[in-house]
Amino acid sequence: MRNNPGGATVRFVLNGQDVTVDQVPPMERLLDTLRERLGVTGTKEGCGEGECGACTVLVDGEPVVACLVPVCQADGAEVLTVEGLAEGGRLSALQSEFVVAGGAQCGICTPGILVSARALLDRNAKPTRDEIREALAGNLCRCTGYQKVIDGVQRAAAAERGGESAG
Amino acid sequence: MLADISVQRPADLAEALAVLADPPGGERPAVLAGGTDLMVVLSSGSFRPSSVLSIDRLSELRGVSRLPDGRLEIGALTTYRQLIRSPEVAAASPFLVEASRTVGAAQIQARGTLGGNVANASPAGDTLPVLLAQGAEVVLASRDGGRRLSRFETFYAGYRQADIRPDELIVAVRLDVLPDGAATWFRKVGTRLAQAISKVVLAGVATTDAAGRIDVVRLAAGSVAPTPVRLSGAEAAAAGGSPADVAAAAGIAARADVTPIDDVRSDATYRREVTGRLVERFVGSLGSA
Repeated sequence: MRNNPGGATVRFVLNGQDVTVDQVPPMERLLDTLRERLGVTGTKEGCGEGECGACTVLVDGEPVVACLVPVCQADGAEVLTVEGLAEGGRLSALQSEFVVAGGAQCGICTPGILVSARALLDRNAKPTRDEIREALAGNLCRCTGYQKVIDGVQRAAAAERGGESAG
Repeated sequence: MLADISVQRPADLAEALAVLADPPGGERPAVLAGGTDLMVVLSSGSFRPSSVLSIDRLSELRGVSRLPDGRLEIGALTTYRQLIRSPEVAAASPFLVEASRTVGAAQIQARGTLGGNVANASPAGDTLPVLLAQGAEVVLASRDGGRRLSRFETFYAGYRQADIRPDELIVAVRLDVLPDGAATWFRKVGTRLAQAISKVVLAGVATTDAAGRIDVVRLAAGSVAPTPVRLSGAEAAAAGGSPADVAAAAGIAARADVTPIDDVRSDATYRREVTGRLVERFVGSLGSA
């Protein structure tokens, strides 16, 4: 990354593809780079101050809020957004189990929740409901009451383990 | 706003210290680590530094190591997530792990750093009462002064006034070795378990002797004074007594150790009362584990 304020060049891997962003202010929020420069708008802005989790993406496998990450710090990183969850144009098990469970209502928080759930399932194939609650504690949802969200993660975990029944 | 800020992002500590020793425009840049505090005030425009020094590439400031004297040294850029997952930290400071788990939620724990919590100097910093109760030392570095050690006990001169000179960077925090058999205790009282700034934080370390009397006792609290504070009156009331006999008196003394304020999160009366009850509960629990 170059240091001039008006325009740095930042390179990172976005959903498996190398991307280069030229002439980007280094302190620009990763959220804005994704949405406004790269046109990847699945990641939503909620509060813009790190409280709600709507803009959660994975950076090097860890969930972070993209509103608090300056793009210069994403240089060289691997970034995963909700767009990166589908497999070859088909919904992943995590996504389709959310549909089955009814884990979304208005949907604004859903991309962030799915990404946080992905990070959880990547290190814990059989999470308890309490472990799911802790992993999703930074993702606020004002519609669902969370029960069906947790159901969706449990169903997805079971599906990924290979056909065990959820619950 | 964010677009106008110039950034230096050095590759190593020597380069970062050179920037601080001779900053652009002669003014200390805002130091950016995980960004969980700084990005909020930069985005809102409530803080407008002339430049930013991003230290996220300084890999030598990440991770934990054991000093020859047995103390644990935690690099300033070690994240809460790394603290939570570290077996060395779990062994040397179990309540630092508990405190780290109460910071924000997973997204904040992945980015926020221990050095950032110390440098940000908020009286509500979740890990700060732990550092006070355990006994800690802050390691600072500068290009021209080398390393300097500052006792955490005296690190804050007042509200948000940390003992960091303009050319210095916090590079590590050292934790004293806990006394043999010590119990540690951490409680954060907030509006909900995650993503809440505390109303009261209490951290305690204590040992009991063969007769069950309290021997060592160190208590510290956050969000109840302009800085994190030791509860010396409560400690004096508890020391030497049997837990059941002195718990209530320690709690009463704790209420006089703190100088809380009314703000959007809570009020002074509630904070004073809760501090007293937390101390009473911790002291009363000693020796019964």
